[in-house]
Amino acid sequence: MDLLLIKEGLPLLTLLIFLPLAGALVLLFYHGESFARLWTLVVTSLTAVVSILLLTGFNSASPKYQFAEAYEWIPRFHINYIVGVDGISILLVILTTFIMPFCVLASWKYIKNRVTPFMFCLLIMETSMIGVFVALDFVLFYIFWEFMLIPMYLLIAIWGGPRKVYASIKFFLYTLAGSVLLLVAIIALYLKTGSFFIPSMMWQEYTLTFQVLVFLAFFLAFAIKVPMFPFHTWLPAAHVEAPTAGSVILASVLLKMGTYGLLRFCLPITPDATMLLATPILWLSIAGIIYGGFTALAQQDMKKLIAYSSVGHMGFVTLGIFVLNSRGVEGAILQMINHGVTTGALFLCVGMIYERTHSRELAMASGVGKYMPWFATFLAVFSLSSFGFPGTNSFIGEFLVLAGTFEKNTILALAAIPGAVLAAAYTLRMLQKVVWGGTANPDQSYLSDLSVREIVILAPFLFFVFWIGLGPQPFIDLIHTSVSQLLENLNNWQQQHQIAATVLWR
Amino acid sequence: MDTVSTTAHIVENSNLLLAVLIPLFGSLVVMTLKNHPNLRELVSSCSSILLFFMVLSFIPALKAGKTLVYPIFQLLPGLSITLRADGFSMIFAMVASSLWVIAVFYSMGYMRAHDEPCQTRFNACFALAIFGAIGVALSDNFLTLYLFYEIVSVCTYPLVAHHQDEESYEGARKYIIYLTTTAKFFLLPALILIYVLVGNLDFPHNINTGIIPATATDWMVTMLYIFCILGFAKNGVMPFHHWLPGAMVAPTPVSALLHAVAVVKVGVFCTTRTMLYVFGVETMDRLNLGIPTAYFVGFTILMASVIALSKDNLKARLAYSTVSQLSYIILGVALLTPHGIEGGLIHIVNHAFSKITLFFCAGAIYIASHKKYISEMSGLGRTMPFTFGAFAVASLSMIGAPPVAGFVSKWYLLVGSMEAHQVGILVILIASTVLNVGYFAPVTYKAFFGKRPEGAAETGIKEAPLSMLIPLLIAVTVSVIIGIYPNFMMQFVWMVTG
Repeated sequence: MDLLLIKEGLPLLTLLIFLPLAGALVLLFYHGESFARLWTLVVTSLTAVVSILLLTGFNSASPKYQFAEAYEWIPRFHINYIVGVDGISILLVILTTFIMPFCVLASWKYIKNRVTPFMFCLLIMETSMIGVFVALDFVLFYIFWEFMLIPMYLLIAIWGGPRKVYASIKFFLYTLAGSVLLLVAIIALYLKTGSFFIPSMMWQEYTLTFQVLVFLAFFLAFAIKVPMFPFHTWLPAAHVEAPTAGSVILASVLLKMGTYGLLRFCLPITPDATMLLATPILWLSIAGIIYGGFTALAQQDMKKLIAYSSVGHMGFVTLGIFVLNSRGVEGAILQMINHGVTTGALFLCVGMIYERTHSRELAMASGVGKYMPWFATFLAVFSLSSFGFPGTNSFIGEFLVLAGTFEKNTILALAAIPGAVLAAAYTLRMLQKVVWGGTANPDQSYLSDLSVREIVILAPFLFFVFWIGLGPQPFIDLIHTSVSQLLENLNNWQQQHQIAATVLWR
Repeated sequence: MDTVSTTAHIVENSNLLLAVLIPLFGSLVVMTLKNHPNLRELVSSCSSILLFFMVLSFIPALKAGKTLVYPIFQLLPGLSITLRADGFSMIFAMVASSLWVIAVFYSMGYMRAHDEPCQTRFNACFALAIFGAIGVALSDNFLTLYLFYEIVSVCTYPLVAHHQDEESYEGARKYIIYLTTTAKFFLLPALILIYVLVGNLDFPHNINTGIIPATATDWMVTMLYIFCILGFAKNGVMPFHHWLPGAMVAPTPVSALLHAVAVVKVGVFCTTRTMLYVFGVETMDRLNLGIPTAYFVGFTILMASVIALSKDNLKARLAYSTVSQLSYIILGVALLTPHGIEGGLIHIVNHAFSKITLFFCAGAIYIASHKKYISEMSGLGRTMPFTFGAFAVASLSMIGAPPVAGFVSKWYLLVGSMEAHQVGILVILIASTVLNVGYFAPVTYKAFFGKRPEGAAETGIKEAPLSMLIPLLIAVTVSVIIGIYPNFMMQFVWMVTG
């Protein structure tokens, strides 16, 4: 086990996981609204600062799990508390910790009643999200994975829009349905290997049938979370009804858990099944890209539009993962971060409009640009970034994913291109409507432009849009070693087990 | 043709970055000067003059046989945002920067005489469009080219939609849909595929080799080539030309600078840049891509001229004339003979100066008399002799008559088509000349010798304000000068062909 882990220094990861939880516990005793806001902001910012230590101490030349900690938990069932980060998860952890303070800021005025419980939920959310990305024990992972549902459910069900009951139940049921199968797969793997330690389940000799079954269970759980077409229908409902902070967390972090799961578990634990089923999944991704694009093009509700655009963008991520080459997978991970930054920012923008006009309808928001030039500028940059304008973050992600896809199969990559065209179409349509509108715009003259607080919220997103867009190398360096290790293992595996993969096609 | 394999001296020069930043900063400053129109115009004109001198300052180094480069951002291995000044980029950089200077003064006159709203936004976007155009001219690789190409598309949207009425929204919608769709649909896959095939996107320093490796299959290269021709829809090649007449709803200075010069020239510049520097003469020769392209755009030349004949709206006629003339440039390069390439490239310059004159005239006529339709302009030349005189000279250039600029390009193009032994192309060129006469001559003739409409004889129409008339006369004078003495601009063209 120690061969795979680098244990050193402070227990940073434990600190990261439990800092928000401790912050939440304090909120149980002190209820003041303004205290709750300020306290949550302090705790989440502190967590973000601590997570920077993770970056500075991370050795990007090593594919091992770093900052690892391992303690016995329930020895009888071989359940341990083991955490660690590698190149695949580190950026996602950082993304989570950095998104949270902005979610708090975005809810500063948006949430008017039950402020303390809201902040409590946000902090609990953060704990479980970080936990999911760093857990190296399958039971620990599963606990965090399931635990996350509860605060998210509450966020939608209590502070959501008019159809919050429908949306929250749908979200809960969909995700739970997938998770049940995940649990079955975990137990099945435990019975085979006698351990819940995730790395020790990887690259093991399972029979092909077993692999396919486990893969399908994994895939269903993660595909619902991503969400991949056709398991996506919970997403627009949840996004539309959730409060701004909820939408941002959902888009920026929760969706990434699905793709993270595919990358972390499906590829190394069931390699034969992955290679066997990669092609249909690739086409499913293409279907999602195109479907998401067309549906987004038809939306009148801005949040729904962005929600469907997420289906398309996440299609690019799964496309990148399952082309199984280094450009594709690196592009996919980068695209996860990009989607977190850009779509998070777009939801924040829509939230800012909603606070002013109390409507998410495009028609109600048309012509806003004239009275809110700062807002229009931010929205323009994030929209351009969203459809992969060169020089912005998504361009690099999409570029790498498509380059990886072209390496694998030209036809497949060409099939994804209409998705990129559609992305430009629906984002520009939204941008045009909001900034310019038409000749019959509603009267927007009562609107005030962004306040300093709102500019402070959006500016860092802008910074990352251009940083990743113009200097992505540091980010790719973080990812690179782990990804090449993963793909190298997969390659070796493929060479040793060629027979197994071809048996089924005969 | 003779290959020039002298490895160019490559020198790093940060002034390239400065040249790109001047219009960008100009635009940002303009945005803050909403309440100071005079200061705002001063900033616009200063930055345009500064840019022009900056571009001029590259000439000595280029004459000494150097190529200037400046890397800005390194994105991925082999993928960077880098600027370059060589002969090819100078052709366009000179045109865009010098015409910006006169266009700034002209649009000041036009916008104020017409009392247009939102002049700050107009000026800022104008400068941003030039930022894009200069960036395109100075790009060192396909990615940088694509980046600035897209910047031009997005930044000109507000200019086309300037009037914010149904018509302009419709035109602008068409504009952005055509340009972004083709760019995403064709250019993005071409860009990525070339990167996957080659490992980088850097233009070589000669027009012969290109960067496509010999290992690439023929059908793949052909597909990429078609993608590149169709992807740069700003080049106005049919069937993706509809945005151009649609975008004519914009104020005339916009039509003048952007749709006769910056935007469309960005299109043809990008097209020819990729033809010569991504595919290269040798590859195009080997796969026999040149002549079919020449015929393909030849169709556009003739068809657009025929449509132009049928247009009564002066700006619409000029728009179709632009569609037709742009294809001359691509046709010349597609001939792949030295004279053909030279004729095509010099036409970027010649067409720019003549066409901007024509558009300036159309704007001056509109400001002075509020007339848009050619049929209403009978006898107007006698009241506005300078404007119509300039129009007459510039249309001679379009037709290709000596001593105006257009003659030089047509001469080279004809020689080029003979070198390539293409009688068909020769016929297309001559037929289009006849058509050009057909739709330009009546305008001038009617203006000077036609009968004034009843009652409209003396309604106090006089020449447009001086701030419009002077830029217009400068543009037409330059057209004549480069017709008589083409060598100044030809030197850059010769740097390309060697």
